[in-house]
Amino acid sequence: METKLLQNNLLELIRRTSAELPADVVQAIERGARKETKDSTASYALDVIRDNIVLAKDASQPICQDTGTVIVYADLPSWCDERTFVGAFEKATAQATKKGYLRQNSVDSVTGRNSGNNLGPGSPSFHIHQGRGKSLRVRLILKGGGCENVSCQYSLPDTRLDAGRDLDGVYKCLMDATFQAQGKGCGPGILGVCIGGDRGAGYLAAKEALFRTLGDVNEDKALARLEKRVLSDGNNLGIGPMGFGGATTLLGVKITHRNRVPASFFVSVAYMCWAFRRQGFMLSESGKITRWLY
Amino acid sequence: MLLEAPFTEKKIRALKVGDRVEISGLIFTGRDAAHKYLHDGGKPPVDLTDSIVYHCGPVVVREKGKWVVKAAGPTTSIREEPFQGPLMEQYKIRGVIGKGGMGPKTLEYCRKVGAVYFHAVGGAAQVLARKVVEVTGVHMADEFGSPEAIWEFRVERFPVVVTMDSHGNSLHEQVMKASQLKLAGGR
Repeated sequence: METKLLQNNLLELIRRTSAELPADVVQAIERGARKETKDSTASYALDVIRDNIVLAKDASQPICQDTGTVIVYADLPSWCDERTFVGAFEKATAQATKKGYLRQNSVDSVTGRNSGNNLGPGSPSFHIHQGRGKSLRVRLILKGGGCENVSCQYSLPDTRLDAGRDLDGVYKCLMDATFQAQGKGCGPGILGVCIGGDRGAGYLAAKEALFRTLGDVNEDKALARLEKRVLSDGNNLGIGPMGFGGATTLLGVKITHRNRVPASFFVSVAYMCWAFRRQGFMLSESGKITRWLY
Repeated sequence: MLLEAPFTEKKIRALKVGDRVEISGLIFTGRDAAHKYLHDGGKPPVDLTDSIVYHCGPVVVREKGKWVVKAAGPTTSIREEPFQGPLMEQYKIRGVIGKGGMGPKTLEYCRKVGAVYFHAVGGAAQVLARKVVEVTGVHMADEFGSPEAIWEFRVERFPVVVTMDSHGNSLHEQVMKASQLKLAGGR
């Protein structure tokens, strides 16, 4: 495939991710809106959110001005090498910034200088793997700073939470994470969770768990039960959209796990805001998008 | 209810937690860089007397010789907690728009100065960008970068909720306490 064609397809992926929420997220917000008391502040917040979703899509503009960290997962087929992919994605990112699909969002951590085109060390955040299929699979999450700042990691046992090294301990961490986020992470939120791993792998896997759709049920029965319990009890905390008080505090909980060393037991939480910008596609060698993933 | 410029102490003192307000008039954006600059003694490039400061890093592009706001939702306010109260007092800033609420220090200054905290819906960048009818200026864009610059926005019926008022009330404190009780009860 011509690099230019690949670049154009990637630009379209960025545009769509920034401007349009996936159907499962929209449905979860609609369900939340039906639960809130009429004329309450919570219901007002969800109405503004619903209007915003429609406006962004119609105008092809960012749902949220914080277009976040550009998190890219790619599974490369034999016809696409890593350098070609990264080069094309970087060009698409700079172009998307110029067009206003992405905010100028990449800042040098030492000098404080904004690169102006979303490129720089670690921007975008690439996660590239060798794929087995004939198509190129690219998945993207735009994760804003507000929700990233309330993401957190626990090391069990945790005496403050009375949380031990078992699923009940994990439950206590997730309830605490939901409580601590209050309105700061732009709830209603989604928890991507990893039990175990080292600190780095735990956070990464927690973010990867966010690629599961909200309706998807965990294959591990114990984790499926835990997801359901945290979702239900988290909503019962009454924090509500934006922390205004209300019934919709969480839209989903997605838990995965990694092996750990005997001495460590981390629980990593990637908190995602309601503006859950997640999209992906399958791209054929001829340059045709054969399927949108969400 | 409508709140129109000038944003006088009298109008601001009349507001209560829970009020849904639509703001019309000139407001200024300011976030981390601007707050730190002012706190360190930097001279404000605009007149902040009876002003409303918006915690926002917008997406603004230049179209046909004019600034056009493409997305302009609130950013998390708590990062400005060390600076906000003293700046409210020094410059008679009457209101702050942001998200997530602020802490006891800012609440105390709201009471003392006659100021409020307005909560805009986080992430609602399109709804809010459409309420910006004109960009009348931009300051310190070269020093701070576009998202951190001080933008002058003329807004019309900009929708917010009062979540901290000038009488010592904070919705954030109320929700925090209520949810803490539920969390403790569930254990």
